[in-house]
Amino acid sequence: MVKDRLRDDSAAESKGGVAVPKNMLFKCPRCAKVHFAEDFEKLGKVCTCGYHARLSAAERLRLVADNLSFSEYDRHMKSKNPIGFDGYEEKLQDLRAATGLRDAIVTGECEINGEPCIIGIMDSRFMMASMGSVVGEKVARAFEQATAKRLPVVLFTASGGARMQEGIISLMQMAKTSAAVKRHSDAGLLYITVLTDPTTGGVTASFASLGDIILAEPKVLVGFAGRRVIEGTIRQRLPDDFQSAEFLEQHGFVDAIVPRTELRRTLAKLLKYHRQTALPQPEGEGRS
Amino acid sequence: MAKLTAYERQLLIREKNRPTIRDYIPMLFEEYFELHGDRLFGDDGAITGGIALFEGKPVTVVSHVKGKTLAENQKSNFAMPHPEGYRKALRLIKQAEKFHRPVVCFIDSPGAYCGIGAEERGQGEAIARSLYELISVKTPIFSIVLGEGGSGGALALGVCDELAMLENALYSVISPRGFASILWKDASKEKQAANAMRITAEDLTEFGICDAVIKEPGGGAHLNPAGAAQGIRAYLHAALERKSQIPLDILLETRYDRFRKIGEFEE
Repeated sequence: MVKDRLRDDSAAESKGGVAVPKNMLFKCPRCAKVHFAEDFEKLGKVCTCGYHARLSAAERLRLVADNLSFSEYDRHMKSKNPIGFDGYEEKLQDLRAATGLRDAIVTGECEINGEPCIIGIMDSRFMMASMGSVVGEKVARAFEQATAKRLPVVLFTASGGARMQEGIISLMQMAKTSAAVKRHSDAGLLYITVLTDPTTGGVTASFASLGDIILAEPKVLVGFAGRRVIEGTIRQRLPDDFQSAEFLEQHGFVDAIVPRTELRRTLAKLLKYHRQTALPQPEGEGRS
Repeated sequence: MAKLTAYERQLLIREKNRPTIRDYIPMLFEEYFELHGDRLFGDDGAITGGIALFEGKPVTVVSHVKGKTLAENQKSNFAMPHPEGYRKALRLIKQAEKFHRPVVCFIDSPGAYCGIGAEERGQGEAIARSLYELISVKTPIFSIVLGEGGSGGALALGVCDELAMLENALYSVISPRGFASILWKDASKEKQAANAMRITAEDLTEFGICDAVIKEPGGGAHLNPAGAAQGIRAYLHAALERKSQIPLDILLETRYDRFRKIGEFEE
């Protein structure tokens, strides 16, 4: 877990004894610049240093999907408490009330500049978008639907990793989602991953790393292990750009870094390039 | 003997003389020829892999490597693989597919290594790729948890047709210490965490994740390694027999469903 970066970044800390209402200020986790929330909204939640801050699933959908084109899947799916972890149900209930979400991902069908696709958007406000049964099931179903309907999948990833509160069940979601991605891929269909802030742990080690094309927003955090865990293991401070989108691109794990303003156009273009793959495959012309 | 709690088992499997894969290989297989390297970056001592003979027939073996001495553990990085370890494992499993050999994976790792090199070389990608490929490898895969099954680093060798656990082995999403530290902000509640997390072979059987529990000799495998090996041998013999006759398409469909069905939710 990436503790220091995984904190709720909408709350700026109060300084010098002056009480600042929560949500009025935004402090950039990359450059520490403090913005008024209102001004930051006008910047599209992109800091002047280039850091692309977190969006809610609804904000993200407005940004990329054509107006009124979205129809949601599995809207009512809710998690149970598989290991009987004390306080988990209450925590889920509180978050449902606070966010209006049922869990950490929204999935469904939409069009992006007229290009149809299945879309999934993780929302970090819900338990840092950790993956438990619901995220695992909704991702798996999204890929299975896409395979059946011969549609491409676009996933916006964000996650603190596996949801500890669901124990071993959460770990198994990594295998379950990766398996569904494999079947979609074997059917010759396109999967685009968009890495957003922060994508870590078990989600990085499963479907987030498996896109045919992997895009990332600038300066976002992407990694497997948490920075503090690594610093604790190696006993030295890590460079500031460690586990950034740029770091990943440099090491060959990201196809392109795309600013938010270009995202919709870029996705539409990539979907258009693969339009013919959505056609039913003629008999006897299967891929090897 | 009364059933041990999860925490007692954790102490038991961390027992210095708990047999490791290096002890088991000569007791399980007539021959073992180790194969090194991922063909991309290097060879990872935290994972061993190669071709072995089991009852005269070739199988591919892939395993985490725990050490008993400091020198051994330095060589095997305390069984915490780097990406090249997972990539070597995947290479050997794909090789097994090509030559129609069954695969036997042994899980015994606290987790994937957390470090700069591991991130630079794509630890997340390496594990993801294993999960993605293993689900449709066209040969039977058996995974056996020998001691510690820690997180994604264990799961990368755990996408299989049957999962067996030694009686005292544990398999969890994170170490009990990590669990306590993250959820209760208090790493000293490790014992309480171990017992709350549902990580024993019985728990995993109940969840439908573990298919077979291999009995350990009284007091634990470290008191009688040969006895433990005999249990693994007997299990493997029966498991290979069970799966070798199943047509490939059914085998793969069943493997997919094994994982597909895991999850507890309501609609």
